[in-house]
Amino acid sequence: MDIKRVHITVKDLTMAYGDLVVQQNLDFTVNHGDIFIIMGGSGCGKSTLLRHLVGLIQPAIGEIFYKDVNFWKASAEKRKALMKNFGILYQSGALWSSMTLAENIALPLEAYTDLSAAQIGELASLKLALVGLAGFEGYYPSEISGGMRKRAGLARAMALDPEILFFDEPSAGLDPVSARLLDDLILELSESLGSTIVVVTHELASIFAIGTNSVFLDPVTKTMIAQGDPRLLLERSEDQRVISFLTRGEGRGAES
Amino acid sequence: MSSVKYEISEDKCLVVVMEGEFLLESSDLSFQEVIHKIESLSEVSSVSFNTRSLQKWDSSILNLLNHIKSHCSSHDILFIKKSLPGGIQRLLDLASAVPERKGVRKREVRNSFFASIGNAALNFTRGSSEMLGFLGETTVAFVRLITGRYRIRGSILIPILRECSTDALPIVSLISCLVGLILAFVGAVQLVMFGAQIYVASLVGIAMIRVMGAVMAGVIMAGRTGAAFAAQLGTMEVNEEIDALKTLGISPVEFLVMPRVLALSVLMPLLCLYADLMGILGGMAVGVFMLDLNVMEYYNMTRDSVSLNSFWIGIFQSFVFGILVALSGCLRGIQCKRSASAVGEAATSAVVTGIVAIVIATAVITVLCNVIGI
Repeated sequence: MDIKRVHITVKDLTMAYGDLVVQQNLDFTVNHGDIFIIMGGSGCGKSTLLRHLVGLIQPAIGEIFYKDVNFWKASAEKRKALMKNFGILYQSGALWSSMTLAENIALPLEAYTDLSAAQIGELASLKLALVGLAGFEGYYPSEISGGMRKRAGLARAMALDPEILFFDEPSAGLDPVSARLLDDLILELSESLGSTIVVVTHELASIFAIGTNSVFLDPVTKTMIAQGDPRLLLERSEDQRVISFLTRGEGRGAES
Repeated sequence: MSSVKYEISEDKCLVVVMEGEFLLESSDLSFQEVIHKIESLSEVSSVSFNTRSLQKWDSSILNLLNHIKSHCSSHDILFIKKSLPGGIQRLLDLASAVPERKGVRKREVRNSFFASIGNAALNFTRGSSEMLGFLGETTVAFVRLITGRYRIRGSILIPILRECSTDALPIVSLISCLVGLILAFVGAVQLVMFGAQIYVASLVGIAMIRVMGAVMAGVIMAGRTGAAFAAQLGTMEVNEEIDALKTLGISPVEFLVMPRVLALSVLMPLLCLYADLMGILGGMAVGVFMLDLNVMEYYNMTRDSVSLNSFWIGIFQSFVFGILVALSGCLRGIQCKRSASAVGEAATSAVVTGIVAIVIATAVITVLCNVIGI
């Protein structure tokens, strides 16, 4: 068994909005190079977990480690340095609507590098070309389709060549073919850049196509009830809720 | 038309005979009628239906049957549905397939008087601490800006500058011109009685330059630009654009709030100057056309009566208003919740906060000027 390097460790995490507990006792690790899926039914707190991981919400209880750095105990500068290594694709793309696509991608580069304007422009064009949007530099986010906005959001997330890419429901609102293309793009990125990838999704097709590790959140017991490679979970899990989710409620018999 | 008849069979079974069309727009039968009928026959042990002459039906009949069904189950009466049409049977089953989850139904909570006061106090503390936090962040951002720790890019500043300057000129012209006109009218009525109509020029000049020009420009900008700022930032919050900034380590206050505060604090004095001029022109129109004053006469009187101090007080006030309007717009925008209606509330609240802040600031500055004697 090869020893994998641990990238993200979540210890005894409890997430809450005020008095309302969303999930509790979450314990899992994400290894380097994993495509880690956060799955579960609607409203179980998948996106909330993602917002905790990227540092938007402080955990009610528990700790999040990146390698061996405790994210919320670290100094503000250290935290900022960690966050520089995150690339995040938000559910709606979250492109800054007052800026063109090129400017959207240029902003992180301007904030963190000393490159000249011309070099930044070239890099922005390159990132857009990588997601299949060459030539769209001057467009505003409102002028392109939802699928293109997601891909542009991905280009922005990749702007600083991050170590970890987070995806919040990448295939939501996309037609099956575009969703598939996005999945392929995620796989390609994982292989060529070696980034760790964390994906929030409930699209079964994507889960099985790209996932190498996962955690399953249950909205009723408010905690995680399974973790591991989704394909192995499908084969071996004993938990009826997990099997039902992974087979669209049809049970294991119907699958084969 | 729908009609219901009742038959009682020998085994204490009430047969409800339904005839005609049971449609939402035409049905006049309420479930209470049928339930009353069931209650009035105390010996009934089961209810069944005869729907042979039922022609058309929709949700209205389902609603009726569902009520009868729940009445039956709570009074130990057998509800026999097998004579109903298949579609109705299946829909009835579907409606009861998932039982109502306990504690899901929202109850209207009526708080006692003291609880409401307590909640209001808690909300006020929360609101104030948020506001203080925001002011603190803005101050830190401002210090970082003037010490050169970060800079604001022209491509972000220029559209904002345009939005709160030239785009606002027409409405500022109209309003301040009319305010000057109104001041002159109201003053003239009194002054003419003493033959002192020339003092209309002093009245309009001092009022516009010392207070009204700044207040009018401030109120217009609060309604126009303050609301726009709140809506812009609120929409960015809804679209997760502000999250995207935060996770990049870019402070939304530095990136979004500071350019707006700077733009408005620089441009508001200019707008105020323009409003002063338009107000005096409005007053002059009344003086020249109604009071038969000479233009030069009016101009000289204005120049003699308005001191430079008044002018600087007006400009200073407008500078303060610019900061207040921009801050209240941005504060409400950043506080915005994640829904479309929240953006509307943020815009409304920004205007209210902006105008309240302007009035309070005017009062404070006026009293202070009085104390130091200028």
